[in-house]
Amino acid sequence: MNKEWPIWEIFIRSKNGLEHRHCGSLHAADEEMAIQNARDVYTRRQEGVSIWVVESKHITASNPKKNGELFEPAADKVYRHPTFYDLPDEIKHM
Amino acid sequence: MENKTLSLDEQFQNRIDNGDNIEAKDWMPEKYRKTHIRQISQHGHSEIIGMLPEGNWITRTPTLRRKVALLAKVQDEAGHGLYLYSAAETLGISREELNEQLNSGRAKYSSIFNYPTVSWADMGAVGWLVDGAAIINQVMLTKTSYGPYARAMVRICKEESFHQRQGYEIMLSLCNGTEVQKAMAQDALNRWWWPSMMMFGPRDEDSPNTEQSMKWKIKKKTNDELRQQFVDQTVPQAEILGITIPDKDLKWNEERGHYDFGVIDWEEFWNVVKGNGLMNDKRLKDRNEAWDEGKWVRDAASAYADKQATKRAKKTA
Repeated sequence: MNKEWPIWEIFIRSKNGLEHRHCGSLHAADEEMAIQNARDVYTRRQEGVSIWVVESKHITASNPKKNGELFEPAADKVYRHPTFYDLPDEIKHM
Repeated sequence: MENKTLSLDEQFQNRIDNGDNIEAKDWMPEKYRKTHIRQISQHGHSEIIGMLPEGNWITRTPTLRRKVALLAKVQDEAGHGLYLYSAAETLGISREELNEQLNSGRAKYSSIFNYPTVSWADMGAVGWLVDGAAIINQVMLTKTSYGPYARAMVRICKEESFHQRQGYEIMLSLCNGTEVQKAMAQDALNRWWWPSMMMFGPRDEDSPNTEQSMKWKIKKKTNDELRQQFVDQTVPQAEILGITIPDKDLKWNEERGHYDFGVIDWEEFWNVVKGNGLMNDKRLKDRNEAWDEGKWVRDAASAYADKQATKRAKKTA
């Protein structure tokens, strides 16, 4: 019974109205224990009102080697930003 | 593209020079990975072993107020060890290996924890000086180039400032107390001053890794720069307490705008690093005992998780 406990990624909502944010990871035997441990490790100073735990192996991540083809196409699409459009200064509320 | 002519190492260095953080799945030189695994795990081990000298006093605090504070501090240190172990694991070492390296005595941790905490005043001096020195180092590390390490440091620094303040408050109470209490505070300062100065590591000229560490932004300041910062900020704090730092060469240098200080006993430093400190054996023994005595809890949790998983599998079958 020496197998290592799986790693869990921990997400905390700091207060209602805000999203859960990734704050770190920890080991636990199961999801219940992951939540208990997350409470002790990541919310000792009222940092959270809600906890999500996801076993790390269930997360699919993009490959940093492919960052070019994934993210570069957005770089030359400046027309997606409001500042691309030239308007006279006297136009308000736009 | 220009990048095609650059080697992976050069591209990596460019990223660092441009202030980019390196993340877990990014390509990195093998030496960068190894250096970080070593440094982050040693840092984590220091937090874990660092619980022992203070745990020593939890049952004997003078008041309940001091007890809850000390308990919270020691619990924080367990948490800090976990943040750091998680950061190390992103580089490909397992928790099992980390535990094994510490428990077998193969891994190093900060030598400061191989000094004994013989009086209650030591809880004050440790919080004030040891945590004070650690904070200087850790604030620098919030800007380190490896993302997971930097993020762990941000979290740790936020929590650590209470540690130093509670230590200083203990010193303040003792220094405002009876003659005997003040003497206890002075005695603790006498014993902890030089070991705290050693926490920043060897002098720059004797620290062969500094150059590469600076280039990779693993460190942003040298050992001697950090040590000077510690002296400059601690001297006025000692003056407020009304106790004397045990260094006859300590004096303000108008020209440099810094305090000059005496020579550190590097022989003692290396002796403790090599395992001959007063508490090296005891710390490792206590750590192993705690680990072994927790085995049944770990086994029970694993057995329970397995049982639940089997039940669930049956239900869905």
